[in-house]
Amino acid sequence: MSFWSRHQIFEKNSIVLVGGILAVIAIGGLVEITPLFYLKSTIEVVDGIRPYTPLELTGRNIYVREGCYLCHSQMIRPLRDEVERYGHFSLAAESMYDHPFQWGSKRTGPDLARVGAKYSDEWHVTHLTNPRAIVPQSVMPGYAFLAEAEVDVAGMADHLRTSRMVGVPYSDDQIANAVNDLKAQADPDNAGTDAFAKRYPKAVVRNFDAKPGTPTEMDALVAYLQMLGTLVDFKLYNEKANLR
Amino acid sequence: MNQSQTEKSMTHGEAGLAMAFAASAFLCLFAAGKAVDTAFAFHASLGCAASLWAVFAILNRYYDRPAALPAREINGRPNYNFGPIKFSAVMAVFWGIAGFSVGLLIASQLAWPALNFDLPWTSFGRLRPLHTSAVVFAFGGNVLIATSFYVVQKTCRTRLVGDLAPWFVVIGYNFFILIAGTGYLLGVTQSKEYAEPEWYADLWLTIVWVTYLLVFLMTIVRRKEPHIFVANWFYLAFIVTIAVLHLGNNPALPVSVFGSKSYIAWGGVQDAMFQWWYGHNAVGFFLTAGFLAIMYYFIPKRAERPVYSYRLSIIHFWAIIFLYIWAGPHHLHYTALPDWAQTLGMTFSIMLWMPSWGGMINGLMTLSGAWDKLRTDPVLRMLVVSVAFYGMATFEGPLMSIKVVNSLSHYTDWTIGHVHSGALGWVGFVSFGALYCLFPWLWDRKGLYSLKLVNWHFWIATIGIVLYISAMWVSGILQGLMWRAYTSLGFLEYSFIESVEAMHPFYIIRAAGGALFLIGALIMAFNLWMTVRVGEAEVPSPVALQPAE
Repeated sequence: MSFWSRHQIFEKNSIVLVGGILAVIAIGGLVEITPLFYLKSTIEVVDGIRPYTPLELTGRNIYVREGCYLCHSQMIRPLRDEVERYGHFSLAAESMYDHPFQWGSKRTGPDLARVGAKYSDEWHVTHLTNPRAIVPQSVMPGYAFLAEAEVDVAGMADHLRTSRMVGVPYSDDQIANAVNDLKAQADPDNAGTDAFAKRYPKAVVRNFDAKPGTPTEMDALVAYLQMLGTLVDFKLYNEKANLR
Repeated sequence: MNQSQTEKSMTHGEAGLAMAFAASAFLCLFAAGKAVDTAFAFHASLGCAASLWAVFAILNRYYDRPAALPAREINGRPNYNFGPIKFSAVMAVFWGIAGFSVGLLIASQLAWPALNFDLPWTSFGRLRPLHTSAVVFAFGGNVLIATSFYVVQKTCRTRLVGDLAPWFVVIGYNFFILIAGTGYLLGVTQSKEYAEPEWYADLWLTIVWVTYLLVFLMTIVRRKEPHIFVANWFYLAFIVTIAVLHLGNNPALPVSVFGSKSYIAWGGVQDAMFQWWYGHNAVGFFLTAGFLAIMYYFIPKRAERPVYSYRLSIIHFWAIIFLYIWAGPHHLHYTALPDWAQTLGMTFSIMLWMPSWGGMINGLMTLSGAWDKLRTDPVLRMLVVSVAFYGMATFEGPLMSIKVVNSLSHYTDWTIGHVHSGALGWVGFVSFGALYCLFPWLWDRKGLYSLKLVNWHFWIATIGIVLYISAMWVSGILQGLMWRAYTSLGFLEYSFIESVEAMHPFYIIRAAGGALFLIGALIMAFNLWMTVRVGEAEVPSPVALQPAE
């Protein structure tokens, strides 16, 4: 019996054919994906990484909702020009609490992995409202409507709780105070800012959109942009420590 | 089924499905009332309306139909079921034009940003997934469902399994498209490229897709031919693998069961790997394996020649489905994904060149002895040129997966150009060719309304593709080179915005190319519509023809 006639078992039995397909397509995925869950070298150990604050998480959800990732990557490659243009190359640890990841695949606009603290809040608000007011050649859409939309605070604790269920280590305390923390971060005069700072060390408290009242989507998005890439202090980061 | 000549009764399928949809209508109404966001309330209301319509349609169909269900065979010849195929084929044309139009709009937005109108639902970020989903899943998906249901019946010489099930597949799938598309406009997305629909749309698609698999597989099981035809292997691999990819990439936990937002189970680097394992194989199995099935049926049929090499098809099939699944990490070169995974992805992507070209040779050489038909039959020319574009795109792909090349091409328009040489040239043309074959066959017409118009479509669209991909090659490589250019003093030569400015002329050329492609598709729509409306009816042949074996 030749090899070719042995193949008839697949051609004459539909269930065998389905089994063959399943077996053949399973191998590549299993080999490439499963080790990422148990190989310790996949995600390096770094100081400073923390879950997003409620306001940042809200901003991140707006970033996702508006499809920002379609034109802006958040993944600096270890290439000379990228490191000089954007900063230290991105670490796996920096996106370990990202559900979903926002590495992106296209740079119609620049990479945003380390955009945090590069520009003022006012710059961001003006730029998001009308990009061409600051960068005349820009092709980015305007997002003036974000300044008018108040953040829907009601479900905030559920967002943190759901995130915890998929692996982001929010504490009970953080979940219980989600709404307070969201309001406190956008309002330096808020009574809860000290408690907020304890729950999210080094997180920035500012009135990001410079408008009084309930946080807007503009507050949230700017808060998110301003923390991107700022969690790891690369003056203290030791690359050698992660060689295993 | 045969005993009920006199008394008519509902089948289990009709009664069960009607009750299921009635329950679903109540459930959706309840969910709409409890909804925590307006997008979810809108989708739940759509679900309720669609469920009520389905109950009505099932009952109405029951009252209108004769007591006996359609026979599997009439006078010893299979009684093929073409209704759902006609629906899917028409939807393919509709979604194709919608998807190309949105593509033209977003291409123009990149050249003239004022076209974003600064409204949430007209901005590039929300329209881009609408474009990709409309062309890939709505246009491509309907072409695949229509052709697969046609090919599986013809090559198995049996009627499609199920009475309502095929209708459930085609209408249910298009309802998924409606939910996904309106969701993007409302900002409902999980941001995973080509898997943007949220959890409830994903669940609905799972139900539809499993039904699709069962209808297709059970029709094969019921076949009258001893061998399963090669096109059906590819369709089967496409359906099975898309199910696996969909389930692997999309597990998510909704924040509220009455809300649209969810958080995906995977995070960071694992999510990236899952996403591009899915994303690249949406290309490999949706846009390649499925359309290769079209190649393996429609080219031999139209050229009236057998497939060039049967053994090559066997090697082609197993090699391509085994190798493709490994290629995902080439989307993540130089990222925080571990190097070993990147290297595996690159290696297998390069190897993939071989089966891809094996398949191309098998398709092209099928014309041996019939090359003269390219001069006279523009439909066959379209099908053959699609295979040539396939060969070009599958050479470019492995090239771009090499890490040094990728360091230049990644994040640039070169990727967009590469995708479109595959999408417009290969998927688009092979779909147009298949639709040009399918419409006369389904509506019993002697031929198309006008071959001359097909010729116009072919040339206008080809010029459009050439403009599109060459503009993107130039802009992509220019972008990549500008980003890494240094002055003699060792400073970066260009700011980022200078690279944006340099793209402007190429974005205009690209939009012009897209406009030509859209015009071609409009010509096709007119031609197909006239074929159905005024085409000359095929006179049924008096004797049963022997199958071409």
